[in-house]
Amino acid sequence: MEPIVRVEGLRKTYGATVAVNGISFEVHAGEIFGMVGPNGAGKTTTIECMEGLRKPDAGMVRIFGLDPQSEGQSLCLRAGMQLQQSNLPDRMKVWEALDLYSSFYPKAADWKELLVQLGLEEKRNTPFSKLSGGQKQRLFIALALLPDPPLVFLDELTTGLDPQARHAIWELVRDVRTRGKTVILTTHFMEEAEKLCDRVAILDHGKIVALDTPANLIRNLGVEERVVFSMDGILPAGFEKTLSGAVRLEVQGGRVVIHGKNGRKVPLVSEVVNLLGSQGVQFHDLRTEQPNLEDVFLSLTGREMRE
Amino acid sequence: MKSLLRMTWMEAKLFLREPVSAFFTLIFPLLMLFIFGTIYGSNPIPGGGSTQGAIGNLIPAFTAMIIGMTGLMPITITMATYRENGILRRLRTTPVSPLVVMAAQVIVVFAMTGLGMLLLVIAGKLVYHVEFAGNIFSVVGGFVLSSLSFFGIGFILAGTMPTARTAQIVAMVLLYPMLILSGAAWPRELMPETVQKISAFLPLTYVVNLLGGLWTGEGWGLHLLDAGVLAGMLLLGILISVKTFRWE
Repeated sequence: MEPIVRVEGLRKTYGATVAVNGISFEVHAGEIFGMVGPNGAGKTTTIECMEGLRKPDAGMVRIFGLDPQSEGQSLCLRAGMQLQQSNLPDRMKVWEALDLYSSFYPKAADWKELLVQLGLEEKRNTPFSKLSGGQKQRLFIALALLPDPPLVFLDELTTGLDPQARHAIWELVRDVRTRGKTVILTTHFMEEAEKLCDRVAILDHGKIVALDTPANLIRNLGVEERVVFSMDGILPAGFEKTLSGAVRLEVQGGRVVIHGKNGRKVPLVSEVVNLLGSQGVQFHDLRTEQPNLEDVFLSLTGREMRE
Repeated sequence: MKSLLRMTWMEAKLFLREPVSAFFTLIFPLLMLFIFGTIYGSNPIPGGGSTQGAIGNLIPAFTAMIIGMTGLMPITITMATYRENGILRRLRTTPVSPLVVMAAQVIVVFAMTGLGMLLLVIAGKLVYHVEFAGNIFSVVGGFVLSSLSFFGIGFILAGTMPTARTAQIVAMVLLYPMLILSGAAWPRELMPETVQKISAFLPLTYVVNLLGGLWTGEGWGLHLLDAGVLAGMLLLGILISVKTFRWE
């Protein structure tokens, strides 16, 4: 199937700073495509080049075959955009914003329905400046959905929101996709990318360092999984040698961490539990720690995501 | 067209919700009128050349004051803050044209300026029984030319100043001396002659002269210089406003 978004060799510099350094990828209809990386990785520049807000220095961007620079007007009708930095006038009420923005589109979605779907009905008459961060974001999602577009851009959607609001927004994004729309989003929360996206491009210093489904990224990198438990006595000598495959043991007082390669035949946790049971070791608080995209990022770049 | 109507209506509501601009456009000129009315009543201003009552002369002058204020303050502040806060940025991601955004501002501020003048005229008629000797179409024409030529200044400031704060400060620096020296806030005849000479360099002076003349029944022929200066400002204003418009 023909991709709806094609980006090839995209490059953008600001003065001496190279923000995006030769990025290429495609996005297909119906997927949630995420760009993830630390601040300054080039995510927003990339998405803004796709939205037509910035002019690339080199490379090609096509959205539905349109060039965002020269065919921005047509693109506006087919792609809803939620921007990282944008605002409405302080004294504009929620319903007024939706009513005004729907007048810009020849075939706008019914804003009254969007108001309900996004849980903003109670806030209908609230001025923009009195909305909470999460409510503002929901309003911006509603504005992005007004043209009833097949494609929606969401830039740093949940930055600055509390976890509860963040989960509510994730629900909304999944809902948008269920309605048959394609979503392209950026985030600097690895967890968000992992939970939400079908495919993730990990960006660092203006380049894509990995691009795949979250599950594949985690599996293919061979990042370790961990089994962690506490115990009162001492672990029998050579305990880890009786486990299959290569494992590494870490003991800190009464706390034991066993690292094993991800993607083993027998899950590490069941082996450890069986062995502890057969050797009669008393343990408690046992849990497993699966590798996540944070670990993937760390192993790809040698750095933590968050400074 | 639908977007222009909707946006104009929205901007009108926002204008009235902003207490400062609504006060200075609609209420403040009335207060000034009542203050001067209490001082002078319907007597001619002492030392002034005019034989008409002071209040009669003040209505066109205060209209010029409103034009100076609305041209420089609300348009500058609205456009500069819209850009700085990313309100224009949000609009940019829609098919709406920058001309619609600017036109909505012009229509709203023009209507508010007109409303401010109307309130002055009504108060003058009712309270001070001001006589109007001019031609109403002439006065309206002069008013339209004067306001639109001043709105250009606001757009240019908003488009060229780096931040909303600087735009606002520059607008105030331009506005206050102009209000005082041009004869818009009080009769120019009350000021020393040297100061009166400076006023020739202030655009608002031409509004005061034009409106004051048309109000008392003088023809356009007597005010070709005023009309010419304002028409020039209007043309330049439109050209530069459109050129300097920036979404962000």
